[in-house]
Amino acid sequence: MSDRILGGFGLLLTAFFIWRTSVIELSFISDPFGPKAFPYIISVVFGLASLVVFLRPDTEPEWPPLSRMFEIGMTVAVMVAYALVLPELGFVISTALTGAYLSWRLGTPPLKALAAGVAISLGIFVVFHLILGLSLARGPFGF
Amino acid sequence: MDSLSALAHGFSVALTFQNLGLAFIGCFLGTIIGALPGLGPSNGVAILIPLAFTLGLPATPALILLTSVYYGAMYGGRISSILLNIPGDEPALMTTLDGYPMAKQGMAGEALALSGVASFVGSFFATWGLVFLAPQLVKVALLFGPAEYFALFTVAFATLGGIASRNQSKAALAAGLGLGIAMIGVDGQTGVPRFTFGEVHLYDGIDFLVAIVGLFALSEVFIFLEHRGTEKATGDSSGVKVGRSTVPWPMLKSTLPTMGRSTMIGFIAGVLPGAGASLGSFISYSLEKKLVDKDGTFGKGDPRGVAAPEAGNNAAAGGALVPMLALGVPGSGTTAVLLAMLLALNITPGPLLFQSNPDVVWGLIAALFIANFMLLFMNIPMVGIFVRVLLIPPRYLMPAVAMISFVGIYGISGSTFDLIVMVLFGVLGWGLRKLDVPLVPVILGVLLGNQMEANLRRAMTISDGDWTALFASPLSIGLWLFAFVGFVLPMIAGRFFRVKVKPAMAEEMDPD
Repeated sequence: MSDRILGGFGLLLTAFFIWRTSVIELSFISDPFGPKAFPYIISVVFGLASLVVFLRPDTEPEWPPLSRMFEIGMTVAVMVAYALVLPELGFVISTALTGAYLSWRLGTPPLKALAAGVAISLGIFVVFHLILGLSLARGPFGF
Repeated sequence: MDSLSALAHGFSVALTFQNLGLAFIGCFLGTIIGALPGLGPSNGVAILIPLAFTLGLPATPALILLTSVYYGAMYGGRISSILLNIPGDEPALMTTLDGYPMAKQGMAGEALALSGVASFVGSFFATWGLVFLAPQLVKVALLFGPAEYFALFTVAFATLGGIASRNQSKAALAAGLGLGIAMIGVDGQTGVPRFTFGEVHLYDGIDFLVAIVGLFALSEVFIFLEHRGTEKATGDSSGVKVGRSTVPWPMLKSTLPTMGRSTMIGFIAGVLPGAGASLGSFISYSLEKKLVDKDGTFGKGDPRGVAAPEAGNNAAAGGALVPMLALGVPGSGTTAVLLAMLLALNITPGPLLFQSNPDVVWGLIAALFIANFMLLFMNIPMVGIFVRVLLIPPRYLMPAVAMISFVGIYGISGSTFDLIVMVLFGVLGWGLRKLDVPLVPVILGVLLGNQMEANLRRAMTISDGDWTALFASPLSIGLWLFAFVGFVLPMIAGRFFRVKVKPAMAEEMDPD
């Protein structure tokens, strides 16, 4: 079933891709081939491959239980939130929090996870910023 | 002997304090990366590229650092194979078969030392192979025009799909996906935006480093999250003690022929497009088992069963550099990642690299020789350090890996948008791995898509739109045939490779 969904999704994506290719505006400079032809070729390959996957699916993979899927979803949300708050809170605080969350969800007891997050954050800050001079996100406190 | 004088020049480039230091750091990090289950050569190198890039290292030192990591990871993978029965990375999978039984019989030290020597033999001679074979390949590659290059790229995709994956249609799907992603952004030749949906961030296209780190490194975090608390997440090192890590001379002597044969097979497997180190170690082990396993001792702790896959995978690692450097077409996942780094540094590998930038190529090759000796030293007398590193549990390690990935990508662009795209690639990578869709063709597509299109269009411009120009020269016809055979043959004969290459834990592994 999963492969059928993958194949079906691939076919939809192909249709979308072909549509987006067809609306590429041509500029006045052009070569005999143009910017549309290669995307069309890709669509054919991708579409055919999706069709085969749809028609001849492999055995079903082992999906994690729903609770685990939710957990992965939450982690994705936390990572996106990290990307968003990074410029606001600065590197050290946001990284400590995110690192702690990840460590906690991977099975560390909460307090230890917090310590791990802080250690990871400070470790990266010292090695990459103070020693190697990489510029990290600056927050309101300058770190 | 042009190669030898070029190599001598390479040594003069590589032998600076900075480069030696970077090679040392690279070897050390690489061994750790290889040894830790969950971090392998391709995601290890992927995380380090953005860092090497943002630190502003020039091309040669950056390459030396990262290829040392690559070689180091090939050495390191065996440590957890032998001690924990968990391969540190996919190429080290075959080493578990005899390495772990040896360790259980109280010969962990011997197994580690022997596999260290085998790794050294494999990669040392493969590096010599690189010295002599790459310039020859360059001579052929200089005859390539745009049409031949287009065919060559097709070969890369077809063979990667053919040998390295279990389902051709999924490999093709992955390649199409990668190529499609590469199309996003402003078209280089006519300046029109494609698939950008009016989003300014997309005008430059998707940075391949963002895609690589997301697909390889972050997806690993999700895999660990999925398996938290199950037996897949932890190893069992109880009862295995590392004794003295030396090889008794008789044992070494009895394995020498095995190492020699495996090195050759591994090197060839590495040079061939699409095979890579995992297949190198697999074929070496299988062949050795057929050839010398008369008493049925393979799988029960036979030293030759440890030496064969280790010599094989390290030789393949060196071999895989040949097409990557000489043609600009990677033969495996990790060399694809190394190619990404070259492209990020604005260096286009291929025949012209040898002519216009000999310092980079030969400095790199010289550094590989130096790295090999460093690795031999690190992996035999100092192996105890790495054994201790193995005890870091993934629940501390994986968050650090994730955060370092974020740091690297943020360092390149300072853009929140890129970070979010990377997270999305992480999810995509996780989903594709669950569905058994190989990730390497996706990466290759993202990396090579624009060059592939540029060559196609150049060929069409030269021929004024005549399609037959793609099949005009004998060279291009040969390449097309090779691509066709490479894609179709595994469907017929592929069972031989696939049955055993597919382990129960395939999804855990990153491709080499």
